Amino acid sequence: MVGQPNSGKSTLFNALTGYRAVASNFPGTTVELLRGKALVGGRPVEVVDLPGTYSLLAGDRAEELSRDFLISGEVDVVVNVVDASLLSRSLELTLELSELGLPMVVCLNMMDEAEHKGIKIDAEKLSDLLGVPVAETVAARGIGLAKLLSLIPQARPARPPRYSADVERALAQLSEVVAPIAKATGLPPRYVVIRLLAGDPPPGTSGQPELSQAVAEVREKIASARGEDPALVLSAERHAAAVSLFEQVAEVGHAQVGWRERADDILMHPLLGYPIMVLVLFGLFWAVFKVGGILEGLLLPPLEELSQGLGALLGQGLFSQLVVGAFQGLWAGVAIVLPYLVPFLFLLALLEDVGYLPRVGYLMDALMHRIGLHGKSVIPFLLGYGCSVPAVLATRILEDERDRLVTAALAVMVPCAGRAIVVFGLVGRYVGPLAAFGLYVLNLVVIALSGWLLARLLPGTGPGLIMEIPPYRRPNLRTLLGKVWLRLKDFVVVAWPLLIGTSALFALLQALGWSPALNNGLRFLTWPLGLPKEAGVPLVFGILRKELSLVMLTQAFGTADLSSVLSQGQMVVFTGFVLFYMPCLATLAALGRELGPRRAGLVLLGTTGVALLMGLFLRGISALA
Amino acid sequence: MGRGSLVREAFPVIIRLIMNFDFEPLPLPSLPPGRTGQVVRIQGGRGLILRLARLGIRPGARIRLISASPFSGPLLVEVDGVRVALGRGVTRRILVRPLP
Repeated sequence: MVGQPNSGKSTLFNALTGYRAVASNFPGTTVELLRGKALVGGRPVEVVDLPGTYSLLAGDRAEELSRDFLISGEVDVVVNVVDASLLSRSLELTLELSELGLPMVVCLNMMDEAEHKGIKIDAEKLSDLLGVPVAETVAARGIGLAKLLSLIPQARPARPPRYSADVERALAQLSEVVAPIAKATGLPPRYVVIRLLAGDPPPGTSGQPELSQAVAEVREKIASARGEDPALVLSAERHAAAVSLFEQVAEVGHAQVGWRERADDILMHPLLGYPIMVLVLFGLFWAVFKVGGILEGLLLPPLEELSQGLGALLGQGLFSQLVVGAFQGLWAGVAIVLPYLVPFLFLLALLEDVGYLPRVGYLMDALMHRIGLHGKSVIPFLLGYGCSVPAVLATRILEDERDRLVTAALAVMVPCAGRAIVVFGLVGRYVGPLAAFGLYVLNLVVIALSGWLLARLLPGTGPGLIMEIPPYRRPNLRTLLGKVWLRLKDFVVVAWPLLIGTSALFALLQALGWSPALNNGLRFLTWPLGLPKEAGVPLVFGILRKELSLVMLTQAFGTADLSSVLSQGQMVVFTGFVLFYMPCLATLAALGRELGPRRAGLVLLGTTGVALLMGLFLRGISALA
Repeated sequence: MGRGSLVREAFPVIIRLIMNFDFEPLPLPSLPPGRTGQVVRIQGGRGLILRLARLGIRPGARIRLISASPFSGPLLVEVDGVRVALGRGVTRRILVRPLP
């Protein structure tokens, strides 16, 4: 499945294969190849969801990934997902895909949006003109999927567009020269020539002086005749072909103008937009805190009683301590983590699907320029509020290498849901929601300062912001819940067993009397921060998963009421340190993969340094307050 | 002042008056919010031109400025019914002719 960004590939993928992919209302949600299984005509097939791409002339890493997969020879059928409400522009990619010569089906998705915009499409005529089957769908509501599946076996290579005479002459002139290469790589000669003309040589064409000279000659001829780079000529030609195709198959009537078109007048207003953004984000934290607090209050006491009862039942032995420890990990997952995690993920998903997140990117662009980045970097940052791993992967949507490094380094400092749990469950609960919000604001300030510093250390101006802002969409409850579940699954499958295991291990350490020694060893960390030494082990366990820090804290002190053992100031310092210090193991692995081990190591050192500074700073503040 | 130079200097002014003052292309940020302009050309390298073209911003396209954020922030524009956020630096390279 391939298509332009935000055309609904992931939504379609989910509808076909069950919930496997995070689908959101912003361009560039998918940055990896996602594979799933579906039944087509009773036969199981592998479905691959590709990162959205505007054009096969790749612009960023995610787009390269898509293009390379398409020409890898692994693809049997291309399902070109098209946002029907943006048909004219989307057809440019369709025409480009037709040059690949692969069997194709066009899926006109978001037909409801097209109707809303007053666009009537003659799908049959489009099918005739392109020479491929065309299906009409509304993937978000499951409409037209059966028809799409039934058309897949009828997929055929599409008719590639004919360009102006001079371009066609150039193509013909080169096609003989590339014939052997096309044969060797299995790519259609026309496609190979087009890539060569565009100045983006496909694999298998390097190191052939004769060929490159022929190509250079033809490129020169086109450039001097048209006064433009051949890549631009091809793009303009394809645009003209797409427009002419669009005019033949579509009728544009009156668009309906509703709240979705007017909302930007207020939400993106040059002055009103900012206070509204702060209100929206604050509202999010307040709601998470309120709902989480209520749920925790309901769940915690009975579970604590249960665990004490269990302890009494099993007596004092080593085994009993181990079981009680494991059980504490289990209930901590239920009573401390889930109450905050579920509402947080739900509201984040809501903001994503309504389409507010890219708007935050727009509003923040001016600020981001101060730290040498641009608004597009905001998307990895915002994803970072959910989890740092997708945030690091999302840096693939950035075009510039330096921007990727800086964004990844800063994105891991964004408090992920795991750290949010510590903020809400410790500071939010015992000190108050305003303090929790304050920590988030402080975090932003520190990220901005680090960014400013990094911009000084790594100068260079990447290209400016160019980002599509998707329309507002009415969120769909099923999609929202699917997404919450998908992200929650990571907690249930990875973090929970870890929580249970480490809780048991910790209980064992305490039973064996080793934990004081460990805590003393960590005094170099806890002493300058003014924390009781029992906090040492929990801090270190946070490296595995950040939410472990909070859970271990309740275990280390042997009480769920932390206000009896920690002062409010200590809680703020503890949380502040957890916010910034080295990213968890999963994030480190992702950083290593995307940036290489050396740079990942630098990020690790940097963040831990910042964490120590912040801990000391917060200690100073709370001593004054 | 000879007649020749008078004609030479007055001519463009008259033409501009006839063309409703809109003869010279303006950089996009100079367009008043709410107005539509037609892209005349994009001053930039191949990469920038291609990246803008992918979103439908190319010579001849009609581009409507929806709003401009303060502090030299980005512009929100609409092209072919799609909203696009463009950094200020990018927009200064897009030259447009205002349409009535």
